Amino acid sequence: MSAQAEVALANGRITFRPARVAGVVSIALGVLAFWVALPPRTTRSELVPVVLGLLGIAAGLFSWRKGETRLGWTAAMIALLGMLGGVLAAQAAVENLKVVITWSAVLAATLRFATPLIFASIGGLFSERSGVVNIGLEGMMLMGAFFAVLGGDKTDSWVLGLLIGMASGAALALVHAFFSIQLRSDQIVSGTAINFLALGITGYLYIDTYGQEGTGDLPEVPNVNLDWLSRIPPEGLGSFLEKSIGHLNLMVWLAFLTVVLAWVVMFRTTIGLRIRSVGEHPRAADTVGISVYATRYAAVTLSGALAALGGVYLSLGFVHSFTENMTAGRGFIALAALIFGKWRPFGALGAAMLFGFASAIAPRLQNVESWATYGTLFQALPYLLTLIAVAGVIGRSIPPAAIGRPYIKQ
Amino acid sequence: MATRPSLTARLSLHQRAGGLVVPLLTTLLAFVVAGIVVLVTTGKNPLPIFRGIFDGTGLLWLVHWAVDIRTIAGTHDLYATEADAVAVAAINLQQTLILTTTLILTGLAVAFAFRCGLFNIGGQGQYLVGVIAAVVIGTNFAGMPRLVHVPLALACAGLAGAAWAGIAGFMRATVGSHEVITTIMLNWIAFWAGSYLFSIGGPLQSETQKSVPISDDVVESAKLHVLWGGVQGLHVGFLIAIAALVVFWAILNRTTLGFGIRAVGLNPEAARYAGISVTRSYFLAMAIAGSFAGLAGGVDLLGWQFRFGQIDIQGSDVGFVGIAVALLGRNRALGIFLSALLFAALLTGTSARNLDAEVFDPELAGNLTLIIQGLIVLFVGADLLILSAWRARRRLPRPWRRREAA
Repeated sequence: MSAQAEVALANGRITFRPARVAGVVSIALGVLAFWVALPPRTTRSELVPVVLGLLGIAAGLFSWRKGETRLGWTAAMIALLGMLGGVLAAQAAVENLKVVITWSAVLAATLRFATPLIFASIGGLFSERSGVVNIGLEGMMLMGAFFAVLGGDKTDSWVLGLLIGMASGAALALVHAFFSIQLRSDQIVSGTAINFLALGITGYLYIDTYGQEGTGDLPEVPNVNLDWLSRIPPEGLGSFLEKSIGHLNLMVWLAFLTVVLAWVVMFRTTIGLRIRSVGEHPRAADTVGISVYATRYAAVTLSGALAALGGVYLSLGFVHSFTENMTAGRGFIALAALIFGKWRPFGALGAAMLFGFASAIAPRLQNVESWATYGTLFQALPYLLTLIAVAGVIGRSIPPAAIGRPYIKQ
Repeated sequence: MATRPSLTARLSLHQRAGGLVVPLLTTLLAFVVAGIVVLVTTGKNPLPIFRGIFDGTGLLWLVHWAVDIRTIAGTHDLYATEADAVAVAAINLQQTLILTTTLILTGLAVAFAFRCGLFNIGGQGQYLVGVIAAVVIGTNFAGMPRLVHVPLALACAGLAGAAWAGIAGFMRATVGSHEVITTIMLNWIAFWAGSYLFSIGGPLQSETQKSVPISDDVVESAKLHVLWGGVQGLHVGFLIAIAALVVFWAILNRTTLGFGIRAVGLNPEAARYAGISVTRSYFLAMAIAGSFAGLAGGVDLLGWQFRFGQIDIQGSDVGFVGIAVALLGRNRALGIFLSALLFAALLTGTSARNLDAEVFDPELAGNLTLIIQGLIVLFVGADLLILSAWRARRRLPRPWRRREAA
């Protein structure tokens, strides 16, 4: 928060800052440019999205010129993308668009696909903010997915399954912590090993325990039914809310709670300050009496437990079974979300939602025959966006200063 | 304030301290742990299982001139005549060496970048774009002479890999984006782009099989010459991989470019001070590294796969195994050859086709291989653990000796 804004808050007045307002307006115009061409509006003239998009870009550039560098650039890019999307959508056949875009279903699917990413990227946040690179998120998710199934199956309780899954992810993270903190292994090498190990351990135990029969009946994490949402007036809104968020899995809500908690812990508590200081300048943290090793151990272990929750959601909350390598790269998308979100909880949440949206749209594109092949190509979008983000086109992603460096206590 | 020694500096410490001993200890330790896993989970004695895996690698073929290999393997009831056993071993060994070929090249892709202080996790993506380039060239130009067609396809595969890795190298050199992040992203972009190209109705999907997400077969003139065995026998790519090892060694040790790359790997600041262009080294190191992985894709496709589909993309992990190969091989040409052979033997020996299900379930064995790979990478990365274990072993006898002297 800038000093100016804090003064304004202290005085109980809200100051009007044109640059910031222009940035927000620009984003809104960009989204609008895309939205008008999509159902239910489906404007068929390309002129509308072009005009809205150009206005948005202009507002973004104005915001950039007036000092809101990051917001302005981001907004202008969003406006440009919104305009391009709008023009493309305006040219597509209306009935095809209606097949792909049913907003309530798309929103529900986005939340479902984003949930494992949110858990794992918040996990990655703790590890990386403490200065330990965690490319083993994928493996930790996979551990969670398998051991939740195993634990839930043996104890016949989803709560215990969830806890066992978390513990398994934490245990694997502890291995990563031991090798990368204590033994000062290269953290990337250790993370690579973690991914191999998790793939081997879960695959081995799965075949050994369940063989060809599959996992059978498992306890499931319940859904949260909010039927009263449909009674919210006006009628359209109520049924939209009920269809989109009325029957989500408990763990989806838990994911959002995790983000809020992570933000509070990371930026509003001493614990968070310690984690961040250890990740930015371990020597300084050590000097003032913070144990670098203990903090990093705790952060990495917590990171494994959270990443495992993502896996637990996949197996016990979503598909209700386990298959070998069922995370299929989601740990890496979570890593991408973390980087795309600039190592911030709400940034990671936004990125996870965006990537979840891409994953939600991809299978729906396959429902339209002429678009089926693009559905596959669409899956590359999260990675492409992250590549662009780290290149610094849309405001550079800068990692914690001491990331990847083992700390040697003097 | 102690600065952190670079990765390559620490790896060179390995070489001075451990030489061959550390990798051997690492491998031994990984196998011991895997043996314990087998013992605990299935209650079976791991030694006959490891022997069964070894039999499946076909490496016994190498001694068939001297002894009846059924005697060593204990397979007298399985094969009626010695000739049968030798024939099976020959086919198994061909498979092992074909995989060794691929792993040498993907291992080189990781190792070459390592020597410049870069961690190339993108071997898998570079391999895939190599395959895609080889599919494009290999399925077209029917009737072109083999001597032109094969080198053209392989060159394009290598260039595609170089370009793909070059993106990461360029980004590292110009805006400083970390190559680990960019190569991971490029892996997945290649994964999905490839899945799109081969998908039903996709640009590279087969003309003849409209309902299968797979490419056409490469034409006859683009297939590699088979050195030993039948249709999917050991192809000339094996010699190409050996040549690549020599090229790898020669570039690093006998050229100015290689000197610069090694200097940057050891200490970028000092190299910059000495007038070596760090950005140029980063870019070229990644591009050359990528060309090895791209070549691996080309050699695989033209040598024995002949077509590629979505299932192949999903099932392929040779680029990742290349990381283990390079780490265990200490980023040296000879080491890479030996560790590629080890991993290829392990993977071939545990495949469903080669491992006797009576000895051990191949599905379990395949996952055991992953565990062994993971352990090897984990232990190789932990220089302190292995080195202290080794020093402790050597330190132990000393008090004894002293006590005897006293």
